[in-house]
Amino acid sequence: MSVAAAPGMTVAIPARHRVARRRRIVERGVLSVLACGTVLAVALLVTILGYVVVRGLPALNLAFFTQRPLPFGEVGGGIAPALFGTLLLAAVSGAIAIPIGIAAAIFVVEYRSGRFAAPVRFAAELLAGLPSIVVGVFVWAALVRTVVGHYAAIAGAVALAIIMVPIVARSVEEVLRLVPQSLREAALALGAPRWRVILSIVLPTARAGIVTAAVLALARSAGETAPLLLTALGNEFWSADLFRPIAALPLQIYRYAVSPYEDWHTKAWGASLVLVLVIGTIGLLLRVVTRQRVR
Amino acid sequence: MTMREARATTAEPELPARLVKGARPTEPSVEIALRVERLSAFYGSAQAVGEVDLAFVRGAVTAIIGPSGCGKSTLLRCLNRMHETTPGARATGRVLIGDVDVYAPATDPVEVRSMVGMVFQKPNPFPMMSIYDNVIAGPRLRGWKLSREQRNELVEHNLRRAALWDEVKDKLHRSGAALSGGQQQRLCIARALATDPSVLLMDEPCSALDPIATYRIEELVRELASDVTIVIVTHNMQQASRVSQRAAFMLSGDEGVGRLIEYGDTATMFTTPKDARTEAYITGRFG
Repeated sequence: MSVAAAPGMTVAIPARHRVARRRRIVERGVLSVLACGTVLAVALLVTILGYVVVRGLPALNLAFFTQRPLPFGEVGGGIAPALFGTLLLAAVSGAIAIPIGIAAAIFVVEYRSGRFAAPVRFAAELLAGLPSIVVGVFVWAALVRTVVGHYAAIAGAVALAIIMVPIVARSVEEVLRLVPQSLREAALALGAPRWRVILSIVLPTARAGIVTAAVLALARSAGETAPLLLTALGNEFWSADLFRPIAALPLQIYRYAVSPYEDWHTKAWGASLVLVLVIGTIGLLLRVVTRQRVR
Repeated sequence: MTMREARATTAEPELPARLVKGARPTEPSVEIALRVERLSAFYGSAQAVGEVDLAFVRGAVTAIIGPSGCGKSTLLRCLNRMHETTPGARATGRVLIGDVDVYAPATDPVEVRSMVGMVFQKPNPFPMMSIYDNVIAGPRLRGWKLSREQRNELVEHNLRRAALWDEVKDKLHRSGAALSGGQQQRLCIARALATDPSVLLMDEPCSALDPIATYRIEELVRELASDVTIVIVTHNMQQASRVSQRAAFMLSGDEGVGRLIEYGDTATMFTTPKDARTEAYITGRFG
C-alpha cells in the first residue's frame, strides 16, 4: 500500500502498515528457511546418486555382470554371484516374512477387541526399532552356531525376515485400516462369518496396498548389510545352496570397498550403482503397475 | 434343485413354518414376525437403549421414529446382532423370530444375520465386485452351492424385486460402485434380499439420497412389505407416514438412555397420539 507524498514531506507510516510489513518479512523469512531445507535434502540425494553414477559407470561391462569376483591381479571379475545372492535372499526372506507380517496386521486390525491386539502392536514397534546388527548377532547365535553349524544363506534370509516382519505388518495394518468399515458391516450383515469377511472382502479390497507394502519391504531388505555379515557371510564363488554361505551385493560392496586396491574400489562403486538401480527399478515398476490398477 | 433345497445342503437352520415365503395365515389376524422383550443395549458401561418391548407385525412396514441420538439405530442393530460387532458393545434381553431367541447362548449370530437382512444409511456395494457378484455375494459368502442357472435366476429375481433389473441388465459385469446413489442403494437392497430373509432392517436408507431416488425406494418398500417384514428407521416423519403401517416412537431420557414411548398404528399415532411427548415430537415442537 503506497502513501502518496509530496517531495520533501516526511510521512509517518501508520501502525497497521508497519505490522503488515513486518508480517510479510517474517513470512518470507520462514519460507526461505523451509526452501533451504528442501533444497538441501534434494541436493543431498542428487549428489549421492550423481557420485555413485559417475564413479560406478566405468566399472560396468559385460564381465561385471556375468563373472564371479576374481583374486586381485586377474583381469575382469564381477558381481554376478552377489546379484544372484541378493535376489535369492530377497525371495526366501520375503516368503518367510510377508505371510507372517500380513497375518499379524490382519489380527491387529480385524480383532481389535481382543486383549492381544495392543501388546502385539507394541511388540511390532519394538521389533522394528531393533538395530540390524543386533538381529544379526541373535541369528548367528540361534541358527549359525547351534542349528546349522556354519554360516549359511538360510540364516541370512531369516535375519532379513526378522527385520522385514514389523515393516510389512505396520504398512499392511495401515492399508487394512483404509478399507471402509461399511464394507465389513455389509458383509457381516449378509450372514458371513468373520474369517470369510476378511478373506473375501477386506483382503481383495486392500490388495494393491498389500502388494506395495510387501515390495517396499523387500526393497528395504535388499540393502541390509550388517545382519548378513554374521549370517550369510558372503561367497566368492557361485552358490545357490541355502545351507552354505552366499554372496550378496551389500557384502560384495563392503569387501571391495575396504580393500587397498584402486580397481576394486571402482568395482565397489559399480556394485553400489547396481544395487541402487535394482532397488530403484523395483520402486518404479511398482508405481507403474499399481497406477494402472486404478480404474 | 430349488433355492430352498440348495440352502438345505449347507445346513441352514429350519425356518419356523409360518416364516416360509409364500405361507399366508388362514385368517387375517395380526401375526408377529419379530418380538422384542426387555431389550437393553450398552456401549461399554453407558446404556444407550433401555428395556424396550416391541412386536413387529408380519407383512407390515414398521417405522422407528424419534429425534437424533434416541437409540433408534442402536435398537435396529440389536435385532440382527450387529450391535455387538462394535468393540465393547453388548445387549441384554430377548429378540424372538418365531420361537428362536436370537440372544440365546446357543444361537449363532452369523446364522441370525442370514435370517435378517440389513440395508445401511450410506449405500455400500462392494467396489471390487461387479453388480452381478454383489447381488450373489450373500449366498456366496454363506457357501451356498448353486448351479450357474440358479445363480443367474437368483440375481435376476432379486434385481427385479429391487426395481433395478431394467436399468442394469445390460451391464451386470460393471463395478457395483459405478452406479448413482439411488441405484447403489437399490443394489444393496437386492443384495440383502438375495439370502431370502424373513425380516429386512433399513437404517435411514434414504437419508443420503436425492428426493427422486427417495421416492423410488419408498415405493419399493411398500411393494416388498407383502413378502418381507420391514423395519425402517427414519428421522423423517413424512416418510414414516407415507411408508409405514405401524410406528414406534423413541425418546432419549436425561440419562441418555433411549426408551420406547409409544407404539401402534401409524395413522392413529400421527393423528391422535396417546403420549404428550409423542404429540410434541410429531407437531414439531422438538426433534
